[in-house]
Amino acid sequence: MTELLKVEVVKVGIADMKIVKPPCSIRTSGLGSCVGVVVYDEKKAVAGLVHVMLPDSSLTKTGQINVAKFADTGVRELVQCLVKEGARIPFLKAKLAGGAQMFQFASGGDLMRIGPRNVEAVRKELAHLHIQIVSEDVGGNSGRTIEFNLKDCLLNIRTVNKGTKNI
Amino acid sequence: MSFIEKISPLQLDILKEIGNIGAGNAATSLSAILNRKIDMNVPTARIVSFDEMMEIAGGADHVVASVFLRIEGDVSGSMFFVLSLPVAQYLIREMAGDSAFSIESTPHAELALSCLQELGNILSGSYLSSLADFTQLNIFPSVPALSIDMVGATISYGLLELSQESDAVIVIDTVLVKDQLIGDSIDGHFFLLPDPEFFEIIFAALGLTADD
Repeated sequence: MTELLKVEVVKVGIADMKIVKPPCSIRTSGLGSCVGVVVYDEKKAVAGLVHVMLPDSSLTKTGQINVAKFADTGVRELVQCLVKEGARIPFLKAKLAGGAQMFQFASGGDLMRIGPRNVEAVRKELAHLHIQIVSEDVGGNSGRTIEFNLKDCLLNIRTVNKGTKNI
Repeated sequence: MSFIEKISPLQLDILKEIGNIGAGNAATSLSAILNRKIDMNVPTARIVSFDEMMEIAGGADHVVASVFLRIEGDVSGSMFFVLSLPVAQYLIREMAGDSAFSIESTPHAELALSCLQELGNILSGSYLSSLADFTQLNIFPSVPALSIDMVGATISYGLLELSQESDAVIVIDTVLVKDQLIGDSIDGHFFLLPDPEFFEIIFAALGLTADD
């Protein structure tokens, strides 16, 4: 009899961050203007996902911050956690998705264009850390649910009315 | 200490009452539009995490129709009128007089979408105008935007202002209950998500001091 291996899906909430090893996969749901950033070391079989909500931690108006909420601090913290779990910085790769503009407001302020700004901030931080972006699915005006599996290192992306794809 | 931790039980009760007055007005408007009895549940005012907020609305990847607007004027915040897809379909059919309209088939007809947007406009407008009357403040809604997509993707927009100061949100939630509308599920939510400075201004307008 074939043994059914129960693969657990680790869920990452909004402004949250987690690390997985096989056989777990990692998922975050309902990305709009937020960006889901997956960073992984394929050989060491460790991956992390951060659900970034805002581009820059300097936007914060209080002292204590949730590092996972911001692109700059979130990506940095994710890489540090991965290294603690055995990942090697020169071998890290990234995939990202999200940064949509769900609503079009005539009088939209800066926060209404937050999607593209989040994507830009994530790219900047990854470039700063010399981490290559191997694929991305960003922009548009649809929500996304993403799931990353270390088995094939594919990022599965589901959108409403537009089906699913792997990048 | 963040402003949210300073909210007292009495202040939460007042926020609940704001939901009561606002949604009561909106339910009356909806009853008039549909010529049907629409009831509502007692509103709740709760302090929740962002993830809990998504759960209240059905879960981050649950697909809903939502009308979103920004509250502007003396106070600011975000407001959502969230409908399940079957209820959105029902309302569009009623308002557009098109019994064949299906929410599942896309792209949606422009007329159908503008019906829903207008409905959101009327209901949110009546919610906010009662709030303005109650507080004697200058409060007006932005032009509403409509989206049929995942809850997480839409509601996160309403949390952006707030997220710069806090990891929690005070949600004033009122559920509309339809009387023999379709099935017996409860499916219309008003979510009022105040920006941080909302509270101080509202409480001051109502004559409450910081220590009440």
